[in-house]
Amino acid sequence: MSASDTKAYIHSTESFGSVDGPGIRFLIFLQGCGMRCRYCHNPDTWKNSESGTPATVGELLDKAERYRDYWAAEGGITVSGGEALLQIDFLIDLFEEAHRRGINTCLDTAAQPFTREEPFFSKFERLMQSTDLVLLDIKHFSSERHRWLTGHGNEAILDCARYLSDIGQPMWVRHVLVPGITDDEEHLRSLRKFIDTLGNVKKVEVLPYHTLGIFKWEQLGIPYTLTDVPTPTAEQTQRAEEILVK
Amino acid sequence: MRNEWRGFKGTKWTEEVNMRDFIQCNYTAYDGDESFLAGPTEATNKLWGRLQELQKQERAKGGVLDMETEIVSSMTAYGPGYIDESMKDLEKIVGLQTDKPLKRAFMPYGGIKMAEQACTTYGYQPSEKLHEIFTKYCKTHNEGVFDAYTDEMKRVRHNHILTGLPDTYGRGRIVGDYRRVALYGIDFLIEQKEIDKYNCGKRQMSEDIIRLREEISMQIKALKEMKKMAEIYGYDISQPAKNAREAVQWLYFGYLAAIKTQNGAAMSVGRVSTFLDIYITRDMQEGTLTEQEAQELIDHLVMKFRMVKFARIPSYNEIFSGDPVWATLEVAGIGQDGRHMVTKNCYRFLNTLINMGPSPEPNLTVLYSPRLPENFKRYAAWISVKTSSIQYENDEVMRPIWGDDYSICCCVSATQTGKEMQFFGARANMAKTLLYAINGGVDAKTREQCGPKFRPITSEYLTWEELEPRFRDTLDWLADIYVNTLNLIHYMHDKYFYEAAEMALIDSDVRRTFATGIAGFSHVVDSICAVKYAKVKIIRDENGFNYDYVTEGDFPRYGNDDDRADEVAVWVLKTFLAKIKRHHTYRNSEPTTSILTITSNVVYGKYTGNLPDGRRAGAPLSPGANPSYGAEKNGLLASLNSVAKIPYEYALDGISNTQTIAPSALGHNDEERAQTLVRVMDGYFTKGAHHLNVNVFGVDKLLDAMEHPEKPEYANFTIRVSGYAVKFIDLTHEQQLDVIARQAHERL
Repeated sequence: MSASDTKAYIHSTESFGSVDGPGIRFLIFLQGCGMRCRYCHNPDTWKNSESGTPATVGELLDKAERYRDYWAAEGGITVSGGEALLQIDFLIDLFEEAHRRGINTCLDTAAQPFTREEPFFSKFERLMQSTDLVLLDIKHFSSERHRWLTGHGNEAILDCARYLSDIGQPMWVRHVLVPGITDDEEHLRSLRKFIDTLGNVKKVEVLPYHTLGIFKWEQLGIPYTLTDVPTPTAEQTQRAEEILVK
Repeated sequence: MRNEWRGFKGTKWTEEVNMRDFIQCNYTAYDGDESFLAGPTEATNKLWGRLQELQKQERAKGGVLDMETEIVSSMTAYGPGYIDESMKDLEKIVGLQTDKPLKRAFMPYGGIKMAEQACTTYGYQPSEKLHEIFTKYCKTHNEGVFDAYTDEMKRVRHNHILTGLPDTYGRGRIVGDYRRVALYGIDFLIEQKEIDKYNCGKRQMSEDIIRLREEISMQIKALKEMKKMAEIYGYDISQPAKNAREAVQWLYFGYLAAIKTQNGAAMSVGRVSTFLDIYITRDMQEGTLTEQEAQELIDHLVMKFRMVKFARIPSYNEIFSGDPVWATLEVAGIGQDGRHMVTKNCYRFLNTLINMGPSPEPNLTVLYSPRLPENFKRYAAWISVKTSSIQYENDEVMRPIWGDDYSICCCVSATQTGKEMQFFGARANMAKTLLYAINGGVDAKTREQCGPKFRPITSEYLTWEELEPRFRDTLDWLADIYVNTLNLIHYMHDKYFYEAAEMALIDSDVRRTFATGIAGFSHVVDSICAVKYAKVKIIRDENGFNYDYVTEGDFPRYGNDDDRADEVAVWVLKTFLAKIKRHHTYRNSEPTTSILTITSNVVYGKYTGNLPDGRRAGAPLSPGANPSYGAEKNGLLASLNSVAKIPYEYALDGISNTQTIAPSALGHNDEERAQTLVRVMDGYFTKGAHHLNVNVFGVDKLLDAMEHPEKPEYANFTIRVSGYAVKFIDLTHEQQLDVIARQAHERL
């Protein structure tokens, strides 16, 4: 079996992504996620990966390449989820094959599966060699709040950030702004402080919380716990950007 | 060289009419950005403010501000008219269709009944005297057509398999080369036409020669009348324009002559931007014109294009909703020699959308190429993000066919400026044709035997083996009746409603295209895919009529970059065009076709039954070449890739695609959004696509505008629909719902 036959379980693909990495990108959403973020807008990607649609590296890249004319110099593919790192063997083959084909690669992850234990760590090291950019999602800087929000502490995620910094991996740090939950000033300032200790952070993005995914929770029959939480105002977003980005 | 031509280079164009040579010898390409642009002058703000008040009154009065009932429109029917008598000195460019702004002229030559119905619809009493003249002494186009129509033609019209035919109004789509008035002056143009006439028919006086001689004579008379029309406003246009202001004014007089004498569905302006830039550049070099003044000239010209109005009847408005006139005007493009044709004036025309806000008219069209300067592409895309008012057409596919001096003569159709005219043919409902093939020519809506009486399909399941031969035969019939109907209509239009003013500004030896069109394209494709790839069970009523379909299983749909469906799309187009081409077309015109519906997709849908692709009876058809609503499952680029596979060479009249993209899906701010849009268009047009209407807004804005049309921010809220732009609040409620129903491309 060649690398291009490696299979993944995907949730879906999207031909046009323009806000998940630089330029226009083909998006691959992998099935399965270990986190249970209260504001998740894609809870349909949670269920274990085997419930997704199987697709091979070759198939996915052939499909992605149909959009090469739109990518210009900066575009390419972005793999997201679910949690993409749960299918790391596939990711390695996908990104290595993508690089053979001259396709820019971007990994969108919350890094929750990250660990310096083997066998994961060596795989991750190898994956980073064919990853052009990591979009690292930091949900909350306080581990306790992080656990309440996602079901997990943030130790692995912050460790991953440090590791990426150590190896000089280009990354964007992304933070979802949820009023009353992730927008208090102290939290934002500590997060900023942490980001400032990292090298190679090319961009920090504040993603305003939105409610467009709630219908999926209803469809799946999972109770949504943030029903009373409003979306942030333009001023709130701007204030957070001033702390995190400027 | 004559003084008016001082400083201009080249010789060919000085000896004979040759606009392309003049432009190629003299234009100055501009690679810079938009930072040189000027804002509106005080005069512009005052005049535009007044015009907006008038537009508000017009809307409050139900869509028509004022109407003529006593005077038949002509170039010289009225004295001078101004936006506001008290501010007339502020108007740098003058000339109205009638004596008052936004007042609609009385144009009976297309059909007296329609002209009168337009009056009574809006509460005006048409003149009895004119009624007598145009029923007793003078025949109209409409009367001629109905004198000659066969029963079958009336039947296909009545059953809406052919709709929107130009048998009750001017056919339009003829772009006079209005630039000629500015460069040569009328006297030179008359001389040239006199030579043509002298050379026409020296030996053999056959019917076509007799007709041509009569037509050239009418053109010469029209040119003489244009001079009189200009005199009314105090101008002598017998000689060439001496400076930029005169060039803009002379050009506008040429256009004004057209819209005073014709009420064509599309009255396009043409490719004037780079031409006018030559005059502006010369004036600036001579130190007689500032950027501010140049922008003012363009703003005032555009203001005039925003004022063009015709009196229409309700059935016309159903098809062409929102009062469009297709004053289509092009910017940019690339020359045959590889130099791009972007000038500062291309920026100035786009800048009118900032200086005076968004507007559906003129129908600003960017002749796009990935090779255009990045600065200009980004600026045009930024204008789209801000205003949703412009469209893009692929110069890379049009230039090989039409050269580098073509204009867009309607929504999306190219025509060589001053060399060609088009016989506009509206469109045939191909979705209905498919149903006729299933039901042996019986109409699902009227249950009349409209098409040929073939054996209907009686099997339990619809198979392609059974359907294909029937569909081909029914298409044969459709092509036959369609071409013949158009032949007849255009014969009568030439005879009773000849466009002397526009044709006077086109070469006497004119090339003609014969523009047919297809409606319901995506539904035909998806229905065929359903039959081919899934199981389609037929539901019959008690009379054995096949009226509904239950599809079991999945099937590929057009709009997902799925070759299985997209190949069917190409097959449908090629099959249709081949059948059209078998027929003799009037005046040996060249048959073409389009996949373009205007807003008629709503009306067409009303008369179309249930389809095998799952579309319900009465629901709007998908517009133009757009994939069907809800069919696109793989995002914007997959949809664009599907449309890009349709070969332009087989649809030279145009392949219209309208896409709405949520701002959040394009980027975080307007600069990012513009950049993304440039990438989208670079990719789409590199793939060989023809056209793209770009809207940038979310569904929330549409819903709010529908519920609160009175909010000031919606007064000029402009959106692109298939083939043109329209103020959203001017659409019928049904059409608003249709626009909203189309899924905007946004991501969670």
